[in-house]
Amino acid sequence: MKSKKAELLVGVFVVLTIAAGLMLALNVANNSMSGSDDTYTLYAKFDNIGGLKVRSAVKVGGVTVGRVDNISLGSTDFTPIVTMSILSEFDQFPETSSVSILTSGLLGEQYIGFQPGFAMEGIESLGQGDYIEDTKSALVLEDLIGQFLFSSNDG
Amino acid sequence: MENLIEINNLTFSRSGRIIYDDISLQIKKGKTTAIMGPSGIGKTTMLRLMGGQLLPDKGDIKFKGESIPNMRRNRLFEVRRQMSMLFQSGALFTDMSVFDNIAFPLREHTKLSESTIYTVVMLKLQAVGLRGAADLMPAELSGGMARRAALARAIALDPELIMYDEPFAGQDPISMGVLVKLIKALNDALQLTSVVVTHDVTEVLTIADYIYILAEKKVIGSGTPEQIKNSDSPLVQQFLQGQADGPVPFHYPASDIAQEFLGRAS
Amino acid sequence: MNWLINLGASTLNRLEMFGRATLMLFGAVVAKPQPLKLIPLTIKQIHVVGVQSLLIIVVSGLFIGMVMSLQGYTILVSYGAEGSLGPMVALSLLRELGPVVTALLFAGRAGSALTAEIGLMKATEQLSSLEMMAVDPLRRVIAPRLWAGIISMPMLALIFSAVGILGGHLVGVDWLGVDSGSYWSIMQATVDWNKDVVNGIIKSIVFAFVITWIATFKGYDSIPTSEGISKATTETVVFSSLAVLGLDFILTALMFGIE
Repeated sequence: MKSKKAELLVGVFVVLTIAAGLMLALNVANNSMSGSDDTYTLYAKFDNIGGLKVRSAVKVGGVTVGRVDNISLGSTDFTPIVTMSILSEFDQFPETSSVSILTSGLLGEQYIGFQPGFAMEGIESLGQGDYIEDTKSALVLEDLIGQFLFSSNDG
Repeated sequence: MENLIEINNLTFSRSGRIIYDDISLQIKKGKTTAIMGPSGIGKTTMLRLMGGQLLPDKGDIKFKGESIPNMRRNRLFEVRRQMSMLFQSGALFTDMSVFDNIAFPLREHTKLSESTIYTVVMLKLQAVGLRGAADLMPAELSGGMARRAALARAIALDPELIMYDEPFAGQDPISMGVLVKLIKALNDALQLTSVVVTHDVTEVLTIADYIYILAEKKVIGSGTPEQIKNSDSPLVQQFLQGQADGPVPFHYPASDIAQEFLGRAS
Repeated sequence: MNWLINLGASTLNRLEMFGRATLMLFGAVVAKPQPLKLIPLTIKQIHVVGVQSLLIIVVSGLFIGMVMSLQGYTILVSYGAEGSLGPMVALSLLRELGPVVTALLFAGRAGSALTAEIGLMKATEQLSSLEMMAVDPLRRVIAPRLWAGIISMPMLALIFSAVGILGGHLVGVDWLGVDSGSYWSIMQATVDWNKDVVNGIIKSIVFAFVITWIATFKGYDSIPTSEGISKATTETVVFSSLAVLGLDFILTALMFGIE
């Protein structure tokens, strides 16, 4: 009987672990972007990426559609190239779309804001491996202050 | 008479200290052989050598003509099923009941059904007089009972050879009497070969067929109990009669006491 | 010259000990496994090392989550960023505190008990007696305990993290008034299953392996006297705690350090 009780308690232990795992999987972790989800890759060149990090979100109007996969520096022109993986369900963005690096709140982390362009005839959708041409760099506070000082001197 | 175990020119040392120096002895089949000697000369070590748990530096140990130190591990495990050892502490598994302890070797090495195992275990427990204690845990047994339970476990697989490590040490006279009677009865009933390692002289003289006395790394005397009693070796007589001083000195080797004090004073 | 000799001798000793430990591990795990006998024994040991450690793990997890929430809140609120409380609690638990604190508690609670148990089995000749019964103590005694430790501890770490996050919720949301929706949703937006949860589990598997290896070896290799066993038990706790902290740094650097 004693070993039966031990087995029962081990069973309870396993159930507890599964419950904890499920809670972490469903309530805590964001696994929409992990593993086998289908994504496609887009590239964008920025003059300045500011505090953008790998795994930063790519959002359209606040809805996360993808994540930053990689950040590298172009080998000839020395501008940063950001690699984004976008969920395949959002595969109808037109070529005229633009991306900018935005900050969530004053101290929040930076993310890529994705503005879909107008879809018209003769304009194709963005697909695997395409570059987004229209980019706006991150705002760097020091540059802003510099511009403000110069413009106030002019006036 | 056939020898079950033969030890030839065995030399064994541990951490640089020589324990046996070139000794030979024979264990005859179906007989009870006692190995005696003062404490601290490594009598238990002898049993471990026979069981293949330790390897000798030199010499050979043969079990039924097969060399134990040269055996491969699998063969050694097969041979060990024919022997069993009664440890000084009993060595019952503390996390199992007495019943499960005795069933353990049966469950490990045989494919007997649970009901057969139950019968065998109960018979063995009956033989040592502990059938009523089957459901107790080892911690609930007295020292003498624990040793009897261990004896039941040692004979569970009907081995050919049982090695007893100090079976009488630390037992009250009644338990000792019970154990002496049990060992005798088992030998007679099961035709076992027994090796008893002990320093309890009187008990051994009643059960042993042949006796070896070890001291100072050597065999200092051997023979039947009669021959041993009549031995003219001073060492043997000192051991048998329990004299405090003699060829085995009372003092641990040390410098002369007068010198020690004088040396300190100067 | 003397110190050089001592250094050499202690290095050799340590190498020899490591060799013995590896042999033990090899004998227990690699050589000819017998699953039919091993599984029931392992379940019994999971009961001893896992289930019986559950209470201390749950209580510590709850309190650590609560304390982190309280501390985090007082710092974050001055930046108006108390919305980030959820991810702060969750990430520190999943990445660090869950595996590490569980490992330290496990070393103290289960590791020391394993060492003492095996050491006592050695002192009372139970291991020798197994060997004389033609049963390999490595497979019979060491292997189920090793497996039980390696299986139980990651489970305990998961439970620890989950309970800790609930404890953080208790203090942060129910007491200090952080919005429950933002506690969970910002946490969900930040925590990644593969990078955070799975890496934490990998960490705790590594820790579990090291702790149970040290604990079983220290017991198996102990000098079978009361003094020797107490020394072995202390060494188990000290060595495995140090190993956990050292390995944690290495693993963290490998997992999160360089992007």
